[in-house]
Amino acid sequence: MIDFLNMDRKEIEEKLTDFLIDEFEIDEEKIYPEAKLKEDLEIDSLDFVDIAVMVEKTFGFKMRPEEMTDVKTLEQFCDYIQAKMK
Amino acid sequence: MKRKVVITGIGIWSCLGTNIDEVRQSLYDGKSGIGLDQERLDYGYRSGLVGMVKTPELKRLLDRRIRTGLSEEAAFAYMASKEAFEGAGIDDQYLRDNEVGVIFGNDSSAGAVVKSAKIMEEEHDTAMIGSGLIFQGMNSTVNMNMHTIFHLRGINFSVSSACASGSHSIGLGYLLIQQGLQDVILCGGAQEVNIYAMSSFDALNAFSTRMDEPTRASRPFDRDRDGLIPSGGAAALILEDYDHAVKRGATILAEVCGYGFSSNGGGISEPSDVGSMVAMERAIKDAQLTPADIDYINAHATSTPKGDMYEAIALNKLFKGEHALISSTKSMTGHECWMAGASEVVYSIIMMQHNFVAPNINLDNRDEYSEPLNLVERTVDTQVDAILSNSFGFGGTNSALVIKKPQ
Repeated sequence: MIDFLNMDRKEIEEKLTDFLIDEFEIDEEKIYPEAKLKEDLEIDSLDFVDIAVMVEKTFGFKMRPEEMTDVKTLEQFCDYIQAKMK
Repeated sequence: MKRKVVITGIGIWSCLGTNIDEVRQSLYDGKSGIGLDQERLDYGYRSGLVGMVKTPELKRLLDRRIRTGLSEEAAFAYMASKEAFEGAGIDDQYLRDNEVGVIFGNDSSAGAVVKSAKIMEEEHDTAMIGSGLIFQGMNSTVNMNMHTIFHLRGINFSVSSACASGSHSIGLGYLLIQQGLQDVILCGGAQEVNIYAMSSFDALNAFSTRMDEPTRASRPFDRDRDGLIPSGGAAALILEDYDHAVKRGATILAEVCGYGFSSNGGGISEPSDVGSMVAMERAIKDAQLTPADIDYINAHATSTPKGDMYEAIALNKLFKGEHALISSTKSMTGHECWMAGASEVVYSIIMMQHNFVAPNINLDNRDEYSEPLNLVERTVDTQVDAILSNSFGFGGTNSALVIKKPQ
């Protein structure tokens, strides 16, 4: 059983990084807080469908597109996940 | 004026091998690709027999986004298409600069459909299905993926006509090029082999249960056959306008010169000697040949008593006294279903190129219908200039193709 409530920031970052490396096959050196999801990591609209599956399984909440409008970078994405988990 | 249609590239991924050279050797050696799969028995199949098709390793060949939407059969089709394009001398730059079409035979994508359904049963939430299964689960999964990978901008659709799908795909490609509507078309057939793909077929008691000797189980035209063996993979052919091929200096492997089709107009699973004959006669007439001109017939014969019998009756009527040698390569491959009509043309072209006729293995005892046929029990080294390839599917759909050695 995943303990969603007690997941700290570092753990969120690690899980997200692992997912991007293992599932999206993104080079590790491309993954840094300021990296832009679309421009730098080349994540497209179809990829967000798969990210939503991962988020629900890993972090236990449903990602909503309307909440994602201001999420542009990896750091902002971690902020979003952390805020949703509180 | 009708244009001449030639084949300038062939590719194959099957239980006989994963490239043309391997498959040529298997065909010549009369080697069976059938094995026993315990997973099928554990899942609840009556028969665990299946064509043992390797899984392609695609990670270094295709990016993740493409792989996410690639069904099992589309992965097979990619490997076969890649080999066919390479053989035809068509590279990525050519595909970006010129219009090439795609017509593939495929009649299911059960693996992906069942996977989606299982997620829904478990989660009751479409958001958990992810992005890839839609592109994997449609019958058009093969042509939509080949279009994307190879940047194809011409005709683009699937042919779903059961076990004649692959054959009709070549027939339709031939007609489009002949009419001057396309210059180059990637044609072929693909067939999934996962456990979800063929369970309902097994339910009809259609599969052989000779599980103690898998390589001896597929025995078309043999008195002691007890059913077909499901198999799969993919076959691809580059069909091209003759002048276009000559202009770009391509090697011409064969000429497609006749396509015949028919429908039985009867029971949904009933084969027909009359329907089979109409398709064969049309193909031979279209090729402006007579039965006496055919050197080799790649029979549809699947190793089911009724299907083999009707085809044998039709072949006896059309080819009695003629010299054409006959074999069913399904004796080695099992029934490659949606792919079979295309793969069997590839197998026949290989024989044509290398001057042999592959055997109808496991033919130990003929029955009254197969007795008079010129069936080949062992490999024959002989020149093959004209072949007839038969495909007869469930739902009464028949297709026959005549292929000639280039002049």
